Amino acid sequence: MSAGESPTIVIPFVSPRAGDPVITSELVADHGLSDDEYKHICRIMGRTPTFTELGVFSAMWSEHCGYKNSKRLLQLLPTQAPWVIQGPGENAGVIDVGDGYALAFKIESHNHPSAVEPYQGAATGVGGILRDVFTMGARPIAVLDSLRFGDLDSARVRYLFGRVVSGVGDYGNCVGIPNIGGEVAFDRGYEENPIVNVMCLGLMKKEDLITASASGVGNTLMVVGARTGRDGIHGATFASEELSEESEEASRPQVQVGDPFTEKLLLEASLELISSGAITGIQDMGAAGITSSASEMAGRAGNGVQIDVARVPVREPDMTPYEILLSESQERMLVVATKGHEDEVHRILEKWELEAEEIGEVTADGRFRVLENDAVVADMPALPLTEGCPTYEREGIEAEEVRQLREMDLTEHLIPQGDLTKVFLLLLASPNVASKRWIYHQYDTTVRTSTAVRPGGASGVVRIRGTKRAIAATTDCNGRFVYLNPRRGTMIAVAEAARNLVCVGAVPTAITNNLNFGNPLKQHIYYQFREAVLGMADACKAFETPVTGGNVSFYNETDGRAIYPTPVIGMVGIIENVSDITPQSFQSKGDDIVLLGENTAEMGGAEYLYVTAGLVAGEPPRVNLARERQLQRAVLTMIQHNELRSAHDCSEGGLACALAECALGDEEAPFGVKVELDDALPPVATLFAESQGRIVVSCAPDRTENVIKLAMDHGVPARRIGKVGRRGEAFHVTAIAGQIEIDLVTLSRAYFGALPAIMNTPASSVE
Amino acid sequence: MRVGVVTFPGSNCDYDLYKAAQQVGADVEFIWHRQKSLDGYDVVMLPGGFSYGDYLRAGAIARISPVMEDIVGFAENGGPVLGICNGFQILCEAGLLPGALIRNVSLRFESRDVHMLVEQTETPFTSEYQKGQILRIPIAHGEGNYEADGQLLEQLEAEGRIVFRYVNRGGEMTEEANPNGSRNSIAGLTNESGNVLGMMPHPERAMEEILGSVDGMGVFLSLAANLSTVVL
Repeated sequence: MSAGESPTIVIPFVSPRAGDPVITSELVADHGLSDDEYKHICRIMGRTPTFTELGVFSAMWSEHCGYKNSKRLLQLLPTQAPWVIQGPGENAGVIDVGDGYALAFKIESHNHPSAVEPYQGAATGVGGILRDVFTMGARPIAVLDSLRFGDLDSARVRYLFGRVVSGVGDYGNCVGIPNIGGEVAFDRGYEENPIVNVMCLGLMKKEDLITASASGVGNTLMVVGARTGRDGIHGATFASEELSEESEEASRPQVQVGDPFTEKLLLEASLELISSGAITGIQDMGAAGITSSASEMAGRAGNGVQIDVARVPVREPDMTPYEILLSESQERMLVVATKGHEDEVHRILEKWELEAEEIGEVTADGRFRVLENDAVVADMPALPLTEGCPTYEREGIEAEEVRQLREMDLTEHLIPQGDLTKVFLLLLASPNVASKRWIYHQYDTTVRTSTAVRPGGASGVVRIRGTKRAIAATTDCNGRFVYLNPRRGTMIAVAEAARNLVCVGAVPTAITNNLNFGNPLKQHIYYQFREAVLGMADACKAFETPVTGGNVSFYNETDGRAIYPTPVIGMVGIIENVSDITPQSFQSKGDDIVLLGENTAEMGGAEYLYVTAGLVAGEPPRVNLARERQLQRAVLTMIQHNELRSAHDCSEGGLACALAECALGDEEAPFGVKVELDDALPPVATLFAESQGRIVVSCAPDRTENVIKLAMDHGVPARRIGKVGRRGEAFHVTAIAGQIEIDLVTLSRAYFGALPAIMNTPASSVE
Repeated sequence: MRVGVVTFPGSNCDYDLYKAAQQVGADVEFIWHRQKSLDGYDVVMLPGGFSYGDYLRAGAIARISPVMEDIVGFAENGGPVLGICNGFQILCEAGLLPGALIRNVSLRFESRDVHMLVEQTETPFTSEYQKGQILRIPIAHGEGNYEADGQLLEQLEAEGRIVFRYVNRGGEMTEEANPNGSRNSIAGLTNESGNVLGMMPHPERAMEEILGSVDGMGVFLSLAANLSTVVL
C-alpha cells in the first residue's frame, strides 16, 4: 500500500496448514476460550480462525496475558505520582530515585509451574523477572522472593519448599544478583498450591530507559538468545487453570527449563545492545513466547509485525508454526533493530556467544502476520490481540464459611494454655516466626558488593554506588488476614510493607503487586479479589505509594480448594543518606526500649491461634491508615535526627516475638532484655496479639525523652517499656498477670534451630 | 599496580573485584576470556561466578579457555595470580593449585559470613595482615569443599602453604565453623612458590563498613604494597 492510498478492508484468507486439527467446540474449550469469546474472535477475524490463529488468540486472551477478570478492577489503583516515570503496562515499572538514577522493578508469580516442578518452576520465575527488568535498560541489582507453602509436617511440602528455595537460589546465584529479602509463610491453606513470587529491582541512568515497542516501520525483528523448543507450550493458558490430581504429570511438559548461564550472557548482551543505540525496542519472550512479545510490541507502537517462523532457530526438528509461536522456551528476547544496524546486533550477540536471527519486520498495516517460508499461516489484526480481550466484572459474594470464622468468639483463647514461656517458645519456633536463615543462607546476598542490609532485616537495602543514596525493598502479605477480611487484610499488607521500609530509614515510594487468588469465576473468590483491590487502592493513596505494575495469578486452586487470597505487596523506598540506615536488632546494653503504638487484644488471624489451636479465625486487627502514616513519619524523623539505635516492626507472633528478634540479631552474642508491660489486657494479648501500627525502637537513654516527644508530636502513643540487657543475660518480659523468662541460649536455639531441624528430616517417600 | 581481572562468560564477581582493586589505587582492566596476551599486568585476578555456567564441574571449562594458557605461563614466570571462589576452582582445575573443590558437605549453596584465620603473612597477598588475625568475610558457593589426599595435606601443612583457615569467632577450628567440609578447614592456599593464591571467601566483598566488614582490604593492600614498586 503506497502512502496516501486509503486502506480497503480485505479479509485475508489463510488456508489451514496440512495436519491442522479441525476446529471444534471441544478444541475451543481446550484452549480456555468460551463460546462467546470464540464468536467474538470470528467477528474480529471476519472468518473462522485457523488452528494456529486460535492458539495465538487463546494465549493472548488467557487470564495470564489478557487480565480478563482483573483489568476493570485494577484500573481503580492509583498509578501516578511525580516520581513515577513508567506506570503499569510495560515490562516493569520505573521510578525516579534521584541523582540521575531510575529504578525499574516488578514482581511476578510462577505458582503453577512450581506446584508441578518446584525447582525449574521457581528458577524460571527468577529468570523471567530479571528479563523484565533488564529489558527496560536497567541492570538488575537485587531480587526478593515471597513464598507460601503448606505446613511443613508433610514430606511433600518439605520437598516443594526445599526445591523451590534451591531453584530461586541457584538461578539468582548463577546470574550474580543478590537476594536481599522476601518472606515465607506456612499454612495448610497453601498445601497443594505453593506461591512463588519473585521481585527484581534494576538500576539505570534515567537516559538509558528503553521501552518494549515495535516502532519504526521497516525495522527488523530479531530473536536473540536461546533456541526455541517445545517446552512450555501454552504455559500462559496452563497458568490460567485450576490444578487437579492429574495436573502434575500431565502438565510437566508445560513447565520450562531454566539456563541461568545463558541468562547472564543475555543480560550483558542486552545492556550492551541498548547502550549501542542499534535497537529501538526489546522485550522478553515470557508467557506466550513470540506471540505475546511480537504482538505487544506492535500494539504499543500502533504498528503491525510480520514474522517468518521458518527463520526462528529451533531446538528440535518439525516444529509447527503453532508450536513455535506458543513455545515458552526460556532465555529468549525479541529485539527491534534499527534498519541497517542488524550487523551490529549480530556482532554484540556473537561476542556473548549467543544467536541472533532476523525473523521479520515492523509493518504499517497493524496486522500480526505469520509466515512459514512463503505461506501465510496466520494473519490477524494486532491490536485486538493485546487490547481486545473481553474483560469481565463479576458479582462477588463473601463465603459464609469465612464470615463464620471471622465472627468466631475468641475469648476462651485469651486464657493461656499452660506456661506462657513454653507457649512463647513454641511460637518462636513456628516456621512462620522462626529465623529464615536456612533459606537465605542458600542465596548469594552479597554479590555486586552493594548490599547494606541483607535478608533477615525489616527490609533489604542496596546502596547506589557513587551517591549517598540507597534503595530499600520489602515484600509483605499476611494471607490469613486477607482471607478473614480481604479489604482490611490488604490494607495491612500495604501498611506493613511501608512500616518495614521506614524501620530501615527509607521513605516508601511505590509498589508492585502480585495478586495470588483462586478461581475468579467463583463468586466468593471474586469477592476476595475486589475487596483486596479496593483495600490496596485506599492504602496506596494514603501512603502515596502508587502501583507501577504487577501480576495477577488466578486459579490457584486444587480440586476446588483455593489458597488464601494473597495480594503480595512489593514496596520500594528511597534512603537519601546511607548514614540513615538503621538496624532492626538491639545494638548496645543499657539502651532504652520504646514501644511506638498501642497494644490491643485483637487476636484475629494471629499466629498464636494457629500454633496453639490450629485456628485461622477472628476479625483481623484494625488498621488506621492516617495513624499508620503518622507513625511512619515519626520513625523517619527520629531516624533522620539520629535518635534511634534500632527499629523493628511488630508482626507475626506479636510484641514478644519482635522483642526476641531484636535481642537475637547477633546470634553469637545476643543481648538480654528486661521489659515490663502494664497494659490492662490479658497477657496473651499483650504478648502475642498482632495489633497494627506498632514499632519497637531502641535508643540511648539520654535520647528517650526526645523519642517520646517526637512520637507525641506526631500523635503516636509512645512509652519506654524496658532496657536492653548485657550480652548473654536473660530474656525477661513481664505483662500484668503473666511473664516470659528464659535464658538466651534456649531462646536462640528455638529461633535459629527450628527450620534446620525440620528440613533435616528426610523427605523419604517423595522424589 | 596494574591489575587484570579476567572475565569469563558467566563470571559475576569481575566488577566487584575491579572496584576492590581500584579502591586501593590500582590501575585495573578487564581481560576478556579470549584475550591472548597478559603483557603489562602486575597481577592477574580470577573472579567468582559460574564460568561457562559450571554445568560440568566448577572451573572445568574455564580451564581450557584461550586466556588460561597465558595465565599458566604468567604464573610459572612468578606473576602473582589471585583466584577467588570460582577463580580458586579454575586454578585447581588448571593445575596451578593442587587438590580439588567438591560439593559442600551440606549439599547446599552456602552464603554467609565466616571467620578465617590468617596463618601466613609471608605472601604478596597477606603481608599487610598480622599472623593469627581473625577476619570476618562473606562466602557464597556450592562447591567449596577442599579435598586433597593425606600426603598432599601433610605437604601443604609442612610447607606452610595454607594461608587461610576457617575458624570460629574465637579463632578455634571447629566443625561448626567450617562451612563446607574442607579438609583441615582450608579456606585458602598457595602454590609451591607462593605466587598463586586461591581462596573461597570473598575479600572483595569486605572492603567498606557499609557492607559489614573491611577485613578483606588486607589482600588488596598487600598486593598494592608489594607490587607498587615493580618497574615495567
